[in-house]
Amino acid sequence: MNDTFDPKPAQTADIPPQNAAPMPVRRRRKRKGTLSQRINLMLMTLFAAAAAFAFLMPTVLTITNSFMSQSEISANYGVIFSAATDGKTFISKDVNLKFIPDIVSASQYITVLFKSPDYLLKFWNAMILTVPIVVFQIVVALGASYSFARLTGRLKEIVFFIYIIVMLMPYQVTLVPNYLVSDKLGLLNTRLAVILPGVFSPFAVYLLTKAMRRIPKVYYEAAMLDGAGEFTIFTTISLPMVRSSLFSVVILIFIDYWNMVEQPLILLADETLHPLSVFLSKINTQETGLAFAVAVIYMMPSLLLFLYGEDALVEGIASSATLK
Amino acid sequence: MNGKRKPDKTEKVVRSSPSAKKNRHKKDVTDPNTPMARFLLLPSLVGVLVFYVVPSFIVAYYSIVDNPISKKFVGIENFKTLFSAWAFTQAAKNTLLLSFTAVPAAVILSLILANVLNSKIPGKSMFRTFFLSPMMVPVASVVLIWQVMFHHTGSVNALLTWFQGTHLVGFIDHVILSLGGTVNHTDWSAVDWLKSDKAMVVVVLLFQWKNMGYNMILFLAALNSIPKDLVEVAELEGASPMWRMIHIKFRYLSPTFLFVTIMSLINSFKLFREVYLLTGDYPHEKLYLLQHFMNNTFRTLDYQKLSSAAIVMAAFMVVIIGVLFTVESIFGKDVEE
Repeated sequence: MNDTFDPKPAQTADIPPQNAAPMPVRRRRKRKGTLSQRINLMLMTLFAAAAAFAFLMPTVLTITNSFMSQSEISANYGVIFSAATDGKTFISKDVNLKFIPDIVSASQYITVLFKSPDYLLKFWNAMILTVPIVVFQIVVALGASYSFARLTGRLKEIVFFIYIIVMLMPYQVTLVPNYLVSDKLGLLNTRLAVILPGVFSPFAVYLLTKAMRRIPKVYYEAAMLDGAGEFTIFTTISLPMVRSSLFSVVILIFIDYWNMVEQPLILLADETLHPLSVFLSKINTQETGLAFAVAVIYMMPSLLLFLYGEDALVEGIASSATLK
Repeated sequence: MNGKRKPDKTEKVVRSSPSAKKNRHKKDVTDPNTPMARFLLLPSLVGVLVFYVVPSFIVAYYSIVDNPISKKFVGIENFKTLFSAWAFTQAAKNTLLLSFTAVPAAVILSLILANVLNSKIPGKSMFRTFFLSPMMVPVASVVLIWQVMFHHTGSVNALLTWFQGTHLVGFIDHVILSLGGTVNHTDWSAVDWLKSDKAMVVVVLLFQWKNMGYNMILFLAALNSIPKDLVEVAELEGASPMWRMIHIKFRYLSPTFLFVTIMSLINSFKLFREVYLLTGDYPHEKLYLLQHFMNNTFRTLDYQKLSSAAIVMAAFMVVIIGVLFTVESIFGKDVEE
């Protein structure tokens, strides 16, 4: 309450006399509303806390449950992943969702990391698909967005409009052309079939163009008058000024492709090439315990990226809040 | 502007001098359309053309011929077959129903959340982190927990059963009855969430869980862009909160409404991921989505069906986005940037 009230007297000083009259009225109303405002605030905080709990729960539960041993998991969740046991272990009839395991054990992690290469291989598959897409999409998009921000003229507008249309198309639409091209180029069932359309996806171009357009044109003109070449302008003006947007785009692309399901299902018939995101849904019933540990390992890269660059991400998202 | 005016003056002075050519060159110094700026667009442009635009025309072409080899023109025959296929209409129905529940819910809920975070509650940045975190968790990672929660014997049902056992139900029944409603008790009993028509509820919930943070940030940014003095003047003039909401807030938020709606729409088409990871290749009939249909059609490589389905969806998207843009431009037209 204090922070709302303190600046007010200072403000009244600046306000010309004719405007000063309504001020006391407003003040009185504020004071009268204090109690209801306070209750309102409390309710909102409660609401936010409840929402935060609901939002965090699935992630937190996945993490805590990954420290259960296999027998505890089959005892608690055996019904769901039925046939998880061979009649030797106890299965509770109902599902027991637990926040904290009875016995904390890292055995699942040890098994995943050292004893079952299958999961690590899928993790590697996800990496080898996602990282090149992110890196090259950014490289290609930096050039393109710089052009879009710099160039003038009708043709550029039309081309950019086409980019937006392509960007707005769901996978159900774009996968058909992607499949055709991969088929013609003989790339089907290779990683390139997923990587190449990803690299040229217009999403990063769009967001980075919006960021680059916010750089005042005068900067470029001044630099050009001083004889700077495009490369110098790009590295000394554009790049530093779009840094936070760039980082947010990296995170957004990374999470999107780290999460991919549609593309591998259609473009990679060979299941050994599938990333972990697809593979996790086909967990072996014997390995439900492992699945939690794998799930945690799988969420680590994106969560770490997020915790490291949250502010840049928020800033980048916020600055993209309109379509034009 | 600058670049044009300056050379005019110099040209008048030095028109006949031998250095005219140099000056002509100077005229272009601040022209942004340099060869290098054009060149940088090239890689992306070639890629987009090769992987998206050109093949899209081929897809459009395939949708009006009988097959890719004989290439006989058949008009709208493929589209007729497509719409007479039960699988397609069912998938389209389900997808539309899902999108039209998930998207408005996402817009409204995230606007509420943004307003909550825009108030003076403590620990805002912490809440922001919490709300945003689901976005960064791969669906595949949390699917297990969702299965545990929504299984037939899972936690949500346990909660419902517990709830049914409490006096609260009796109380609610009493209220409903006294208001002249009817009570249907099967509503409160255990539901097999993932294997019944209730599955949509789970998927929509999952969608909200995942996307609300992103939308909330967008709305927060827009709320912050509303000029404070405008709101204060309206308040001084005695405008009711409702009036302020409609005439100031909504006006300024309208481009963001458009953006959030379009982004949520696109993301709602990605709900296939959640559905696929939760229920595998053979979901409940109500969860059979367009992407399932496409997957199955890819398996048989029926180019006619694939391309006509893609064209129908693309046309649908273009129409929807066009409508949204028109609505936005009518509603938010006199807002100054």
